[in-house]
Amino acid sequence: MRSIRAAAVGAVTMSLALAASACGGGSSTGGGSNDSPKTLTYWASNQGASIEVDKKVLQPELDKFEKQTGIKVKLEVVPWSDLLNRILTATTSGQGPDVLNIGNTWSASLQATGALLPWDAKNFEKIGGKDRFVDSALGSTGAEGKDPAAVPLYSMAYALYYNKQIFADAGIAKPPVTWDELIADGKKISAKGKSVLGAEGSNLSENIHHVFVFGKQHGADFFTPDGKADFTSDGVVAAVKQYVDLMAKDKVIPTGNAEYAQNQSVSDFAKGKQAMLLWQSAAANLKSQGMSEDQYGIAPVPVQSGTPGTGNQVNSMVAGINLAVFKNSHNLDGATKFVKFMTSDEEQKVLNTAYSSIPPVKAAQEDSAFTSPSNAVLKDTLAKSASALPQVADESQFETAVGTAVKELFADAAAGRPVTTESVKAKLQKAQQQMPTK
Amino acid sequence: MTTTTASADTGERTVRKNSPGAARSPRRTGRIRRIGLPYLLLLPALLLELLVHLVPMVIGIVMSFKELTQFYIRDWGTAPWSGFDNYKVSLDFNAPVGDALLHSFLVTVGFTLLSVGLCWLIGTAAAVFMQDTFRGRGLLRALFLVPYALPVYAAVITWVFMFQHDNGLVNHVLHDQLHLTDKPSFWLIGDNSFVALLVVSVWKGWPFAFLIVMAGLQNIPKELYEAAALDGAGMLQQIRRITLPSLRPVNQVLILVLFLWTFNDFNTPYVLFGKAAPEAADLISVHIYQASFVTWNFGTGSAMSVLLLLFLLVVTGVYLLLTSRGRKTADV
Repeated sequence: MRSIRAAAVGAVTMSLALAASACGGGSSTGGGSNDSPKTLTYWASNQGASIEVDKKVLQPELDKFEKQTGIKVKLEVVPWSDLLNRILTATTSGQGPDVLNIGNTWSASLQATGALLPWDAKNFEKIGGKDRFVDSALGSTGAEGKDPAAVPLYSMAYALYYNKQIFADAGIAKPPVTWDELIADGKKISAKGKSVLGAEGSNLSENIHHVFVFGKQHGADFFTPDGKADFTSDGVVAAVKQYVDLMAKDKVIPTGNAEYAQNQSVSDFAKGKQAMLLWQSAAANLKSQGMSEDQYGIAPVPVQSGTPGTGNQVNSMVAGINLAVFKNSHNLDGATKFVKFMTSDEEQKVLNTAYSSIPPVKAAQEDSAFTSPSNAVLKDTLAKSASALPQVADESQFETAVGTAVKELFADAAAGRPVTTESVKAKLQKAQQQMPTK
Repeated sequence: MTTTTASADTGERTVRKNSPGAARSPRRTGRIRRIGLPYLLLLPALLLELLVHLVPMVIGIVMSFKELTQFYIRDWGTAPWSGFDNYKVSLDFNAPVGDALLHSFLVTVGFTLLSVGLCWLIGTAAAVFMQDTFRGRGLLRALFLVPYALPVYAAVITWVFMFQHDNGLVNHVLHDQLHLTDKPSFWLIGDNSFVALLVVSVWKGWPFAFLIVMAGLQNIPKELYEAAALDGAGMLQQIRRITLPSLRPVNQVLILVLFLWTFNDFNTPYVLFGKAAPEAADLISVHIYQASFVTWNFGTGSAMSVLLLLFLLVVTGVYLLLTSRGRKTADV
């Protein structure tokens, strides 16, 4: 009898414990606070050649921060393939990091969820004011007319990386400045048995970055001024077709690249198999793969005609990483201090040098570390001929829908099926139908 | 485990003690206590079951009636109720979303039928051949089970490398060495992706069929075969008249389990193709993932999941009904 009573007591205790833990799950939703002022969790995006490289770059800086403020920062470097999902999960559950890196193109989408701390004038004041940052970088921090959802951390731009040796062997004197020149050079390079231009045909974000720029060059936008998806205009169709035609018609992108999604095209370039690469701030990545800086040249991405500029002569997106504070943080003051630290002139120099990116902070940009010829090209592009991706709430869905359409078109091209204006338009039509309707 | 056995024990005891007549009022509370005890002891298990299985399912069903887009995911309570809108969108086969879901569903049905059929066929054939003892049988058995024992991700990522267009083993063998194709084929994009998916799925699934059928074969009495051999039945006759009928109950469960696993399989297509699967291999689980996670519309995704759940419930119910009825008549 006693054992039965003990079992009954055990059963009741366990049930209560279960019920309590079940209810406990959702207790920490709601606003932020300053309950735990001594620790911070920081999700960093993968900027270096590997996650290990990132830890080596960031940990000494975090130690510095701890020494200055007494706040211990717990670092987690999240791979790109997981980052957006992790942020969405954190948003849904309310359990997330205190400070996190986001791809700057996601700013408006994440802003719409309300999960990130808005950077109003008061918050900006805490980190030294909004005017410390470069305008083009601020243009990619959220929807227009709203307080930014994040502050710029690293700025990057696309450039044309070319292998000097292959160019010399093919008798090409200078890098191409127009697409026609690139295609003509491609014939000479193919004749020497090298592949011409790399692309990541199955990487949805890469596809988007390129067709967005081609769109600009055709005077077309993927969204109407009031934020509606508009993927089937003649300009957009022509832009997407021109990009896919680099494989389908002009044969400068090898068909095998249609299934690339893990930066294989960067490896191909670093190994000397391929003459050109369109990439954002690739120097550190190439170095880690054993390609020294004197082996390649860096030039602005080609445009339809003449020199890069605004309007039809845009030749890069405003690429970059923003730093955001999670609204549910239990250490809002500490988080703000950390953002101030990371965007300080000194840290900006250290971090952007390590990642071969450009500081979005004006004072840091002036530093001699960022005046090398390769950085000059990137800085010039950002200042004069880069355009921010649409800052609309549906941006993330747009990347998926249109990115998939381009991936499928590349698959068609690789299989030798014709890529026509009609087939491009049909795919874009399908992509547009997948967008949320409001 | 322990709680259930304990409750069964006490349950018997209560019944035994109650049967002889007893005095009223003090006994009554005692009776409630005794009847209540088994349920009390079941309570932890019941709560765990609720917590682990039913609550998430109910939440999923509730979500399917909400307009849970990026604007509301931070605070679900504020998401407006949308009635059957998510279901209407999912089932309107003339509109793009429903049409894509239907396409994905048909691809999945075709894929599942082929995969389960091949898994069963290969597994059964291997089990039958491995019935006789011969040198190296144990080694072969262990070898056959390797694909089933490997972690899914490690196994499938190896297949991804093998299926690569430029440096993959598959193209190297088919094109470079055997010259079966004019040019290297793409396996991970385009129409061939269905074949690639099927190959990986069968490779991963048949050892399970092999294992189960092998276990079933152990239960068939040797005498049956001996008697059949005396009557002059050949190998094929024996398989047809003895092995397969005896395996019937085993197969009934095996096919059902394989069907459910294959139909729901998420890992294989996701690791093979990533977030955006090629149209030819757009399995429904990845399709639903895409519809919810990638487009940030969790309401529609949940509605599609509920529809999938209903479909699988119906199929399972009908299957069990048909097969068990068939068995009853066969037994008579």
